[in-house]
Amino acid sequence: MPATAQPYLLLHGVSKRFGGTQALRDVDLAAYRGEVHALVGENGAGKSTLVKVLSGAHAPDGGEIELDGQPFQVRSPSEARQRGVAMIYQELNLAPHLTVAQNLVLGSEVSVWGLARDPRDRMRRALELLGHGSLDLDAPVRSLSIGTQQIVEIARALMAEARLVIMDEPTSSLSADDAQALFRVVRRLADSGLAVIYISHFLEEIQSLAQRFTVLRDGRVAGAGLMADTSLAGIVRLMVGRDLGELFPRTPHTLGDEVLRVSALHGYRLPRGVGFSLRRGEILGLAGLVGSGRSECLRSLFGLHPARDGTVTVRGSGVRITALTPARALGLGLDLLSEDRKDEGLATRLPVRLNACLSSLARLSRFGLVSARREAEATDHWCQALGVRCASREQPAGALSGGNQQKVALARILLHNSDIVFLDEPTRGIDVGSKADICRLVGGLAAQGKAIVMVSSYLPELLGVCDSLAVMHRGELSPARPVAAWTEESIMLYATSGRLAAPVTEPRSLVPCPA
Amino acid sequence: MPSLTPGAGDPEQADRAGRRPWRLPTEVWTLAALLAVFGLFLGLCLARGETAFVSAYNLKTIITHTVIVGIGALGMTLLIVSGNMDLSAGSLIALTTVVTALVLKGPVGNGAVWGVAGGTGALAALWLSAHGRFSLAAVGMELVAAVLGAVAFLAAVHAGGPWLAVAAVAVGLLAAALCATVSGVITSRFRITPFIVTLGMMQIARGIAKWLAANQTVVPPPTWLNTLMTVDPGLADPRLGWLMVAPGVWLLLGLTVGVHLLLRLTVFGRHVFAVGSNPATARLCGVRVGAITTLTFALGGVFAGLAGVMQFANLTVGDPTAAVGMELDIIAAVVIGGGSLSGGEGSAIGTLIGAVLMTVLRNGCTMMGWENYVQSIIVGAVIIGAVAIDGIKHRLRG
Repeated sequence: MPATAQPYLLLHGVSKRFGGTQALRDVDLAAYRGEVHALVGENGAGKSTLVKVLSGAHAPDGGEIELDGQPFQVRSPSEARQRGVAMIYQELNLAPHLTVAQNLVLGSEVSVWGLARDPRDRMRRALELLGHGSLDLDAPVRSLSIGTQQIVEIARALMAEARLVIMDEPTSSLSADDAQALFRVVRRLADSGLAVIYISHFLEEIQSLAQRFTVLRDGRVAGAGLMADTSLAGIVRLMVGRDLGELFPRTPHTLGDEVLRVSALHGYRLPRGVGFSLRRGEILGLAGLVGSGRSECLRSLFGLHPARDGTVTVRGSGVRITALTPARALGLGLDLLSEDRKDEGLATRLPVRLNACLSSLARLSRFGLVSARREAEATDHWCQALGVRCASREQPAGALSGGNQQKVALARILLHNSDIVFLDEPTRGIDVGSKADICRLVGGLAAQGKAIVMVSSYLPELLGVCDSLAVMHRGELSPARPVAAWTEESIMLYATSGRLAAPVTEPRSLVPCPA
Repeated sequence: MPSLTPGAGDPEQADRAGRRPWRLPTEVWTLAALLAVFGLFLGLCLARGETAFVSAYNLKTIITHTVIVGIGALGMTLLIVSGNMDLSAGSLIALTTVVTALVLKGPVGNGAVWGVAGGTGALAALWLSAHGRFSLAAVGMELVAAVLGAVAFLAAVHAGGPWLAVAAVAVGLLAAALCATVSGVITSRFRITPFIVTLGMMQIARGIAKWLAANQTVVPPPTWLNTLMTVDPGLADPRLGWLMVAPGVWLLLGLTVGVHLLLRLTVFGRHVFAVGSNPATARLCGVRVGAITTLTFALGGVFAGLAGVMQFANLTVGDPTAAVGMELDIIAAVVIGGGSLSGGEGSAIGTLIGAVLMTVLRNGCTMMGWENYVQSIIVGAVIIGAVAIDGIKHRLRG
């Protein structure tokens, strides 16, 4: 390994404060040339802030940064690029209609008499270094797979003479094969003498890729070291700072009569022949890979996704699923928390109050006139009960933090008071504290006798919160089993292959699985 | 009762929020702009030694000239808040003047009665087919609506005199509402952008107006409708002296209060804001997005029709070529008043101020004796400036 003793990038005591929140506190980090340095931490731990400081989008409040022995104080992303720092984000920054060659030089075109001249041999060399020398330079970028587009983006960084490449969750939208190809590229980048900072939630890929790691928690460095000296479980402990069992407290609750029965639910593509039943006070978890049809299943039952066929029985009376609309589903006592908080779950420009009351206006009004007093009381009551931190109920919902936004979306559901609640990824993208709050709340709802179906990609959470669990594989749902009959391994087996392992009752492992 | 007054949570956060621009209603900004423009022209006129600009008569003229665009803009406010717009507003105004004049001109034959019955029925049928459930009761309701419409119309025509004018206005409004409802149903059922649908309706309604009027102005006998827009009603008819300003101005003010209350206090208003801000969220929360959209279009059509009645009062004839391009003035008034073309924002009071601001600009230019083209350039610049300021406000907020 060509690691030199001198770190290429050195951070010492870097801090950043946004209003009342300390996003970064005394962060130290050293990245070496020829090495992949993994940066891990829960959402909200400060990874993105740190990346934005390095890319010039934010200026740090304190601390020192050195790049190649020189002080590094950039004020804009373009200045950072000139210093040889390249960013690869999970969302691609390519012009889809332009060709590979045009994208590779976009913004730094060289022209002769006003005509663009492509430095094709340099492009080839960059692509060859990444192991993709045979890529057609004249193909429009949108005709390439997402994985190949990512290669083009990295090649663009190389064309700009980058010597430090920062990758922010680069595999989150890639297929397994594309991800493997990307890992080879990242290794080649490091082998060619670049320093790579690699951010990911997928701990396995970090273990096989990185030489060093730094764990952030609540804006501080919780631990750092050599990958070879550490186990995955050790990193998880550093990330969460406590055992997973404490994160998902169970509220005792008892199961009652059946309130919802679904059988042979077919969508136009997904889901396929899904059936399950739900009892009062039950929390049913739906696990499965993203895109396996979990969300479509819930959305069909709420009338948001067109269903082809299926029988749904709510509290003993049958419902025609093809005639279901959200308004009617709400009338039947169903409710849904959307996984897409920003674009569907909340009207982010409208005040918190209106978001919380939107489903229940009929109850808060008389003769079509809304009672401002009852509206304000209801909003305050639920914001207080859920611990929403907001300056005022008239604040636009979009101005709150992710966790607080989710609590406002939940306040709407609690205010409407349906007794069958579908939660689609309720803890996605929110901080650890809010996650625990929401898990506790779900347990509390079950204790009140509500029935809950919860979709989540985070298995420890499902195993910690749910009473029973079913797994989706390509639109087909496994039989629901008590949660004790599942392990993370058997869930992943069904999710990836559709095969059901024999029920086992071993102690659960504590390592989060990439799902 | 738990309260979340500023400062309940984190004092620092509350303090920051206290300085954010959303604490100030947008109407305040628009009013400030109006006063600035008014002050500017006042200064310019006084510098020339002219005082006519601030004479009572000129102020009355300004507010009277605001009525047509203002009433149309109130309907447009509803549409723009709901994330839509209606480019056919100008054509609907012309159509209303023609239909109203035709009914007044008489003789009212069986054709007109059938037209009213059919129109009322069609409005109800459109509504039910797009957003209701089919049932015998629903079809029955349509029939009842059609019969009631026709009977009321017949009764009014039979009573004659002032009641004939009421019938004429009702038919004019019905025509405009029908066209707008068609736009609304197409927009919400077929998910076509309202820009395209209403661009088409703009041509269609203008065409129908010309067809009905046989390409000429329709000259009916005078009725009380003609007094609606007289700048000084006391001069026209001493019994109306107590009104001080044109009856149309009072209508505009009343409608402004009405739309303001509709948007702020009613469930319908909340739903309009929700649909405009984020249709996906509205649907998730059980709002019938399509029905709200169509209803908003229908209301917008009624307001365009009312503006058409005022236009008729102004012209005293039905003119199929009236109000060409007025939809743009109407949209501009809403935007100056704080409406956002991406939906979810807008206010009736802001719109009223915006409409007055546009009239003050035009009136001021006339008082200064500037050419028409100067007016155009200034009005255009003000519209762009209003949108730019809105954009800056959003970024500050962001």
